[in-house]
Amino acid sequence: MEQITSINKQLRSFFTEIGDLSFFTIRYFKEVIKPPYELKELLHQCYNMGNRSLLLVGITGFIIGLVLTLQTRPTLMEFGAVSWMPSMVGISIIREIGPIITALVCAGRIGSGIGAELGSMRVTEQIDAMEVSGTNPFKFLVVTRVLAVTLMLPLLVIFGDALALFGSFLVENVKGNVSFTLYFNQVFNSLEFGDIIPATIKTFFFGLAIGIVGCYKGYYSTKGTAGVGKAANSAVVLASLLLFIIDFIAVFVTDIFYDL
Amino acid sequence: MNGNTDISEKEIVLKIKDLHKSFGDNHVLNGFNLVLHQGENLVIMGKSGSGKSVMIKCLVGLMEADSGTISVMKHDITKLDREALDILRADIGFLFQGSALYDSMSVRENLEFPLRRHSKKLKKNTDTESMIIKALENVGLASAIDLMPSELSGGMQRRVALARTLILQPKIILYDEPTSGLDPITAKEIIMLMQSIQKKYNTSALIITHDVDCARVISDRMILLIDGKDYAEGTFKELSASEDPKVKAFFKHES
Repeated sequence: MEQITSINKQLRSFFTEIGDLSFFTIRYFKEVIKPPYELKELLHQCYNMGNRSLLLVGITGFIIGLVLTLQTRPTLMEFGAVSWMPSMVGISIIREIGPIITALVCAGRIGSGIGAELGSMRVTEQIDAMEVSGTNPFKFLVVTRVLAVTLMLPLLVIFGDALALFGSFLVENVKGNVSFTLYFNQVFNSLEFGDIIPATIKTFFFGLAIGIVGCYKGYYSTKGTAGVGKAANSAVVLASLLLFIIDFIAVFVTDIFYDL
Repeated sequence: MNGNTDISEKEIVLKIKDLHKSFGDNHVLNGFNLVLHQGENLVIMGKSGSGKSVMIKCLVGLMEADSGTISVMKHDITKLDREALDILRADIGFLFQGSALYDSMSVRENLEFPLRRHSKKLKKNTDTESMIIKALENVGLASAIDLMPSELSGGMQRRVALARTLILQPKIILYDEPTSGLDPITAKEIIMLMQSIQKKYNTSALIITHDVDCARVISDRMILLIDGKDYAEGTFKELSASEDPKVKAFFKHES
């Protein structure tokens, strides 16, 4: 009986969270189109999120490219298919590994940052202070951050992809003496718009999910400083989970279009 | 018990009638009433958790009351839409308990922030820089204009928050525990600052505090918030002389 009550409570809390998150998202879409537009704050957030994530995304992408090539090479050599390496690495990085790894890195860096920042603003009454000064804190804090991460993530993914391919090229150059031109010619010859466009579109949704979840967790943070930590932590967990769900849906939808 | 008769004849700028607010089974405000006159300093005292902060948040629309009316300068704030409420908020200053300075912004940006939203209230060709400097001079902190809040002491943060509250020259100022967390000397400085502001701008003030010294110095009239109601009302002298045990409990350390 106690177990049933506990499951009941957890289910109710789960569905309440889903409902609240949905209302938060709807409110975001309503507020994003309504003036006044906080352009200065948007640019500031774009700089914060984009520029300050470059190093982390770059290093991660570069290492992923290196490792992927190093680990795949022996298997391809066994089948005498090592010349397919640039095509294989290019397609897997552009279509899947680049976007999802970059998004996960950003969920950790940007999502937790937003959750902690808004959470501490909530518990120190800074959000209330904004409200009483006549500024809509949702518009100033939430809309700008969500929009910034939605716009910046695709650019970060392109940057991460480029460095991953460069890392892969370095391995191929050292181990197989493949030139820069040959490597990248093979990569781009194997890619189609059908690979690049869906992969780019889904990164906007990844950015939206990271921004919405980070802001939602921080904006409604409670219970003092412990609540701030919890907001940052749960922002990363929930955003990461959502990224995989969005990725699955994106791949599924793309697959339908391919069949057509 | 009625306080200063001169003040009670002045225009009513704020009126709360039969305010109720509950959180589940916890009835925090249970028919609270209050009247604030022009130029008056009204102190609300109550124990921790008695609903003082809830009442002040209902007053500026940060929380929604369950029932009752809140009239601020003849506007019933429970019936205002967001736009109208924001315009009215320019006439209500709010000093938060923990100062609530925006910690990612400098002191200058903190003071600029309310001005960007209420630009209509400013006269044409108003120089915002001089407004900011003037507001900081009022609290004796003009030199801190380019500092970040983290570089300021608790007392300085409270002064900057007061300058931010004053920059739009509100008609009513709400103080939520203005001296909490400050040492006695800094607390005294803040009280003196509040008095000088009241004299200079003839503002009305609603002050929530536990600090009996603060109440004694600054109050024209006091209300004791007990059991969610305006249990007792009067001047500091009248209330401190009361024989009611619940009222006496607030002043026992004084005697």
